Amino acid sequence: MWFVIAQAATLALVLTIIYRPLGDYMVRIYTSSRDTKVERGAYRLMGVNPAAGQTWQAYARSVLAFSLIGVVLLYALERFQAWLPSALGLPAVPSGLAFNTAASFVTNTNWQAYAGESTMGYLVQAVGLGVQNFASAAVGIAVAVALIRGLAARRAATIGNFWVDMIRGVLRLLLPIAIISAVLLLAGGVIQNLNGFTDVTTLSGGTQSVPGGPVASQEAIKLLGTNGGGFFNVNSAHPFENPSPLTNLFECVLMLAIPFALTRTFGVMVGNKKQGYTILAVMAGLFLISLTALTLLEYAGAGTAPQAVGSAMEGKEQRFGIGGSTLFGTTSTLTSTGAVNSMHDSFTALGGMLPLLNMMLGEVAPGGVGSGLYGMLVLAIITVFIAGLLVGRTPEYLGKKIGAREIKLASLYLLTVPTLILSFTALSFAIPTVRSEIEAVSILNPGPHGFSEVLYAFTSAANNNGSAFAGLTANTPWLNTTMGIVMLLGRFLPMLFVLALAGTLAAQDRVPSTAGTLPTHKPQFSMMLGSITLIVTALTFFPVLVLGPLAEGLL
Amino acid sequence: MAAIRSWPRTLGVATRSMILLTLLLGVLFPALILGIGQLALPAPANGSMINAPQPGSGPVGSSLIGQTFNDAAGNPDPAFFQPRPSTAGDGYDGAASSGSNLGPENPKLVAAIAERKAAYLAAHPGTTVVPPDALAASGSGLDPDISVANALAQAPAVAAARSLDPEKIQALVKEQTTGRDLGFLGEPRVNVLKLNIALSGLDN
Repeated sequence: MWFVIAQAATLALVLTIIYRPLGDYMVRIYTSSRDTKVERGAYRLMGVNPAAGQTWQAYARSVLAFSLIGVVLLYALERFQAWLPSALGLPAVPSGLAFNTAASFVTNTNWQAYAGESTMGYLVQAVGLGVQNFASAAVGIAVAVALIRGLAARRAATIGNFWVDMIRGVLRLLLPIAIISAVLLLAGGVIQNLNGFTDVTTLSGGTQSVPGGPVASQEAIKLLGTNGGGFFNVNSAHPFENPSPLTNLFECVLMLAIPFALTRTFGVMVGNKKQGYTILAVMAGLFLISLTALTLLEYAGAGTAPQAVGSAMEGKEQRFGIGGSTLFGTTSTLTSTGAVNSMHDSFTALGGMLPLLNMMLGEVAPGGVGSGLYGMLVLAIITVFIAGLLVGRTPEYLGKKIGAREIKLASLYLLTVPTLILSFTALSFAIPTVRSEIEAVSILNPGPHGFSEVLYAFTSAANNNGSAFAGLTANTPWLNTTMGIVMLLGRFLPMLFVLALAGTLAAQDRVPSTAGTLPTHKPQFSMMLGSITLIVTALTFFPVLVLGPLAEGLL
Repeated sequence: MAAIRSWPRTLGVATRSMILLTLLLGVLFPALILGIGQLALPAPANGSMINAPQPGSGPVGSSLIGQTFNDAAGNPDPAFFQPRPSTAGDGYDGAASSGSNLGPENPKLVAAIAERKAAYLAAHPGTTVVPPDALAASGSGLDPDISVANALAQAPAVAAARSLDPEKIQALVKEQTTGRDLGFLGEPRVNVLKLNIALSGLDN
């Protein structure tokens, strides 16, 4: 076990080294008043005045318009695939699947109801899916920054300019890191070519088709932007996406770098770095607990099949082993990435519950790029409110009064995703015709595990994670349609509540802190915030977990 | 009214920015990485292909992608080390990567494991504990590696099929073993294709 601890310690060390420079760099990106020449050119072509601030309504409208155009363009590319160059002779993507995939990549979910190598040609992969990997990540960070501005501002009518935030996020943050990372991945064995399938005669005289493709460029942004959409069917378990234990660790660093460093950006921008550290402590604490639990459960290897094998190695790669698989699985499901380097469907019963629980936490430890931070800040607002109720203090956060409007918005945020998960899971089994299709076509594994597959799918969609209990056949009219809708609602409703919250907070003046103010920059607050996060999740999801993984693992 | 009128304008900005981003991120970025890969790192960029041991012959596969080692009848060839069970297509189908996705209590998986165990014990009668990686299918279905224990357990049968000294084969397995990356990342492993290519060096 020593090497599993060394692996986690190395990851922590690398992230610690990156934390300050990356966090401070993001402060400069989102607070600088200067535009580069290239950016000025871009704003002229786009027709944007970069100096003009936007109200929260205008900001939200820009987010929605940008994402709507993204969905339309990606849908069109998929539907016209047969007539596009570099399509590998693949036909047009069917309409239901094309809608599902367009919604999936624009919402930063990257749920894949298809197998990459046999559905998407190189052009759709790069020009369609690849672009949304950047765009959806830049949108997430922009919304988080807008909320930070709302918390930091005094009596302000505007919360920044979406187009500037988005363009800077792409040009100054995502693209440079993606280029460097793609080259490092190439050096580690990830492919980047346009060779199509190469037929070889194998050593023993058989034949094999070795796939090609522009994978390295896709892989870098897939992880950096916490997107998670794999070039190949098996995602980062594929040796061409993740060739070695070293690239495996590097991919984990890429997923975690921006979400963790944003807490530094937050601390600096609100003028008190300790406020950022308390949030960071909660994220890191939850991460460590979850990683430890999954690692112990998978090494324990409970269950009939793992016992027969002698180890929970079904669905895991020899080069990663159990330790490299649990690290990647935890990282991917706690960051809303949803990439996999091992098949979660074949995890032990209780081990498989952990990725599910990670997503049910609401993707906040540390969560997706941007979305993790704004999710945790909403929970912080709920925490000061609950703490205020308990001790009779006026709830305040960072000098902003948490009144009825703020709490309504925060509550709506918290209710949206669980409502989507539970109602659509329930509908899938309650509508008789749908249920028979789910049972006959979609579910692979019998018993409670089959229920878990459906629960996992809607949890993944609503939280914009994108990982799967992949035995589920999701390319059906019901799942393509409802999951597409769930992904869109699970992404944009919470974003609207966050932007509205940013607007009301920005309009407020700062009240000076008094003896009656709950300090939010101390370990005590971290404990409270962590507990609230766990309690809210447990209360919401315990009953449904009893029906799936708990029934399978404990009976 | 202002808000309603500005929707079309916002959609216009969104359309123009999406076109701009598509050119930059969808065309220029992958092209740049393609250029760097093909010029500076052509071997990994093109799939880490390895050639057959006979000089002048073409590639027999990728060192990163597992393959089957079957005889003409489609059964595992005892003269080669065998890879892990695969659920990619009919086994190691490079165009259909896939895990089994079978859950820990699925009777199909339990039955498949029992079958694999029986076959392994029949082929390698001296084995006491069948290595887990020989019983469980990988996540990708294209796993190029097996565990060291698995390779060592197969060594006597391979030696018998090739009429070679088993100790020589065991030494070769040790030589072909890759340790954990940096000494602590991942698991020790043996690349099956590389090992089998190295075998033909012993024949000469």
